[in-house]
Amino acid sequence: MRKIMVCVKRVVDYNVRVRVKPDGTGVVLDGVKMSVNPFDDIALEEALRIRERGEAGEVITVSIGPDEAQQQLRTTLAMGADRSILVKTAQPVGPLTAAKAILAVIKREGPEIVILGKQAIDDDNAQTGQLVAALWDRPQATFASKVEIKGTMLTVTREVDAGLETIEVDLPAVITTDLRLNEPRYVKLPDIMKAKKKPLEVTDLAALGVAESDTVKVLKYEPPKPRAKGVMVKDVAELVAALKSKGLVS
Amino acid sequence: MTRVLIVAEHDGTKLNQSTARCVSCASAISGAEITIAVLAVEPAPIAAQAGALKGVAKVVTVANAANSHALAAVYAPQLAALASDYSHVFGPSNTFGKDTLARLAGLLGVTQVSDIMAVEGAYRFRRPIYAGNAIITVETAQDRKVVATVRTASFEAAGSGGNASVSAASVNVALPSHTRYVSVKTGQSDRPDLQTAAKVVSGGRALGSAENFKILYRLAEKMGAAVGASRAAVDAGYAPNELQVGQTGKIIAPQLYMAIGISGAIQHLTGIKDARTIVAINKDGEAPIFEVADYGLVGDLFQIVPELEKLIGARG
Repeated sequence: MRKIMVCVKRVVDYNVRVRVKPDGTGVVLDGVKMSVNPFDDIALEEALRIRERGEAGEVITVSIGPDEAQQQLRTTLAMGADRSILVKTAQPVGPLTAAKAILAVIKREGPEIVILGKQAIDDDNAQTGQLVAALWDRPQATFASKVEIKGTMLTVTREVDAGLETIEVDLPAVITTDLRLNEPRYVKLPDIMKAKKKPLEVTDLAALGVAESDTVKVLKYEPPKPRAKGVMVKDVAELVAALKSKGLVS
Repeated sequence: MTRVLIVAEHDGTKLNQSTARCVSCASAISGAEITIAVLAVEPAPIAAQAGALKGVAKVVTVANAANSHALAAVYAPQLAALASDYSHVFGPSNTFGKDTLARLAGLLGVTQVSDIMAVEGAYRFRRPIYAGNAIITVETAQDRKVVATVRTASFEAAGSGGNASVSAASVNVALPSHTRYVSVKTGQSDRPDLQTAAKVVSGGRALGSAENFKILYRLAEKMGAAVGASRAAVDAGYAPNELQVGQTGKIIAPQLYMAIGISGAIQHLTGIKDARTIVAINKDGEAPIFEVADYGLVGDLFQIVPELEKLIGARG
């Protein structure tokens, strides 16, 4: 029966307002709430729905990150994944190294569908799924808002700048998820208890034969420049007068 | 020597303005020689437009029936073959460029530099992370190719006046058949394009319904503006996905952005921070949108929008 692999990243929670450290060496992470990247939640939900329709037998979640990422993998198990694999790294790795680690797990597990979020909300790179597809020499269906399995291929609707594009890809293939693919389920308490008994394997880059190979390094972090403080106007007439004086409306 | 290859974005006949913005980004690298690659069924008319952009030295064309739609799996191997003559490959950071350039990066075995917002040197760039809450300076390996997407809102479109030579490239690579274009559904509209419009009227969840959202279309029409939407409005089905502005939607830089009934989540603000003038209209005076607005007006949008429609375009 078909296997689906879902890649998840541990990131600063969506609701946290991230601040740059005063010395410019990174962002403040101490005591900050960490979560599964929201797009990866959508990826997992899609995999679970495919399995629940009887179109897949097993859903495996994979994360590349610190030991603490086991917490996020446990969340995916509570949501319904069958088992998890953590590729533990001492330091955060870049997208290319992550993609190579994912490819190594793909070669070992043989999934027919690999689903990732379209971007992680920490580094906003939006490239890991495409890198995996390129290295694997398989199709990519990025920014998916609808996925249908038709025998040995997928029909995927993608959110593109012009609207909605539909493509067909042969399996195996990589999908990256956009916001409106589905609405992820909430985790129920009994499922959290059950998740503790599900298998979670911890491995590392060396065991997978993957060398760190990213070609982009960060030199410094800065806060964004704030916009100049604006003014409050009392009514529409004052607003329109201000816009007319700047030549923005006629 | 820095030789930048820019992947042209086009619809089969017309060059997208995103390409001209990529040219400005590449021009910010001192001494860079800029070439535009046009992959199409019939590249000639697009190549002529590309060659007229100021700062472009050469245009290379690849004519192939397989290029009738910009599929990343089909584009990327052709670009990888062309890339051997260049140190850098750039494309726009929109759905076309993000799909294509990252796949190219994988084929070339490099990490992509995503969303360049400023050039500090041939191998040093600035880019936003955490929805624009932090800006990082990154450096790429000098002995490897630089594959990057350009945050188009950060760069003006290059002007005309160029006179680049156009030549056909022979690209001898096997193209995959595992990825096939089926169709595209696009919201037909005579309104200006959201990505390039000088004025944008944008609505949020407070509009309350797709029916109510139409009041923004009327205002936009009067102003000659494009229409945008917050993620909340798109999720709720008030507006189609291609109108979404923000971290995961479109990043825009109009002269005037009117945020109507949008609270201003950080994910939305990152999409508009380069707008010249931001107007916020919201009934909640504490909404975060007012922190970035040049002009703020607290009140009921269902009263304000019709008044705006009346006063804009009126004498006086």
